Amino acid sequence: MQMMLTDAEKAILGGAAGTVGDRMALEVVTEAARMLGADRLIEIHSSHIDGCLYHGDSGALYCEKLAENGARVKVPATTNVGALNLLNPDQCRLPPDQRKMAYRLMVAHERMGCVPSWTCAPYQAGARPSLGQQVAWGESNAVAFTNTVLGARTNRYGDFLDIACAISARAPYYGLHKPENRHAKLVLDVAGLSPHLLKQSAFYPVLGSIIGRLAGETVCAVTGLPQGATDDELKALCAGAASTGAVALTHIVGVTPEAPDLATALGGGQPEETVTVSHDMIIEARNRLSLAQAGPIDSVALGSPHFSTEECKDLLRLADGAGFKVPVYICLGRHTLSELEQDGSDQALRDLGVVFVVDTCVVVTPILPDEPGVMMTNSAKFAHYATGNTGHLPVFGTLADCVVSAQQGRVVWDQEVWA
Amino acid sequence: MSWQAEVLFEGDAEGEVMRFDAPISFWGGVNPVTSKITLAGHPQRGQAIKDKVLVIPQLIGSSSSSAVILELFYKGMAPKALILGGRDAILPVGVVVARQMGWPTIPVMVLPDPPFRSGDILKLAPDGHIEKV
Repeated sequence: MQMMLTDAEKAILGGAAGTVGDRMALEVVTEAARMLGADRLIEIHSSHIDGCLYHGDSGALYCEKLAENGARVKVPATTNVGALNLLNPDQCRLPPDQRKMAYRLMVAHERMGCVPSWTCAPYQAGARPSLGQQVAWGESNAVAFTNTVLGARTNRYGDFLDIACAISARAPYYGLHKPENRHAKLVLDVAGLSPHLLKQSAFYPVLGSIIGRLAGETVCAVTGLPQGATDDELKALCAGAASTGAVALTHIVGVTPEAPDLATALGGGQPEETVTVSHDMIIEARNRLSLAQAGPIDSVALGSPHFSTEECKDLLRLADGAGFKVPVYICLGRHTLSELEQDGSDQALRDLGVVFVVDTCVVVTPILPDEPGVMMTNSAKFAHYATGNTGHLPVFGTLADCVVSAQQGRVVWDQEVWA
Repeated sequence: MSWQAEVLFEGDAEGEVMRFDAPISFWGGVNPVTSKITLAGHPQRGQAIKDKVLVIPQLIGSSSSSAVILELFYKGMAPKALILGGRDAILPVGVVVARQMGWPTIPVMVLPDPPFRSGDILKLAPDGHIEKV
């Protein structure tokens, strides 16, 4: 297929306009578009860059080359987590040479004009594209959130293509950028579950993990969820779906903006399949998130995606002044930490035994103790990646379970929640 | 026998096939230093992809895989070619970036339901012509 390029795009590719860095970036975008079968590029309004997390020296060298050659982002571009806590670099135990390159990679993104947000939840830091806006976002949970909850349009952009799109202010026009590809093909009906269960925050990440497993990369619509889900609950659902499957968009009928009703979510078509979610499926999916059984725990890890101010304050309230016997790691954006500093909540949490991890998180860089242990979490995403990335065995529970377990140093589950 | 594949990234290569018998994400599935498959439970776990004609009927997972394949080029641990079962940009973007860095690149081709088995010797031409040797 021949790709249609504008005169402005041709001028950059031909070297008549822009910097060498601009040409390199646009070449990556047009090559990707050609490989995907797109017939043109589309202008984007913002980007969220996942490529600032260190995976090896080559990525840092490439981003430095872009920056040295004058590449600068043309749209607001927030940064995802890096491999370092820049406010407390010794927290991460990467070897010194890797730590240096991880730092150089983060600096290269700042040089290119990215907003140094260093968070996997940019939508908590003010980056909230509007309904129907074309964007190019990376980081699977952020992609799922911006498509699902905000109704912006993005595919899952990954390393190099994300920054290339931000520099070019363009993305290949294919996939979820096109309205006709955003209709649901699979329906999950949760209306038969107990109203008590549907009210629980911990239900959302578990449902997300079911969506991921059943939908893969298919767009799915969920029916039967009550109105009033919080951003944090939807965040947990999206992260669960996007880590167990390649889910980039889920419609929650009556809740998310492109799904006022099921017919709209389906785009007027018929679903290929409808699955009725049973209580047993929820319990099975919940159990699947724990690889260790009841017993002692070594840590609690929270904040995948990054914890919000509300979640931090919920934790403070649940703890009710009783300290923790094991470290409780809260991964969060530095903007959230600043908000906690306003009323001293940060110190109150530290006094309980909380360890704050900003700019990064405990499953992407070595922060947890080397000696593998049992890590309790309320995050489906942490549960999914913990063992492969850190060697620690996850135990899943509600936020209240995590608090009580941290206070007692062993797993305490409140089974009432799941009735 | 010969086949005509679609060319995503031009180049020629000759080598032994390693076919992924289960889907894999390069990020979290391939060690960028040793080129060995690390994914728990994967049929090819422990095997190195260096210098293989890699046949990947189905890709899954992380878009950070672009960074992993770039690191393989940088460290001289890359496969000789990629034959994908479907269109994809994640791995080929890593090849485009390698070219921009001036590092050696490899051909990337698409052939739906690729019939090749591990151990086959294939010759890939820049126009997408694939021959079993």
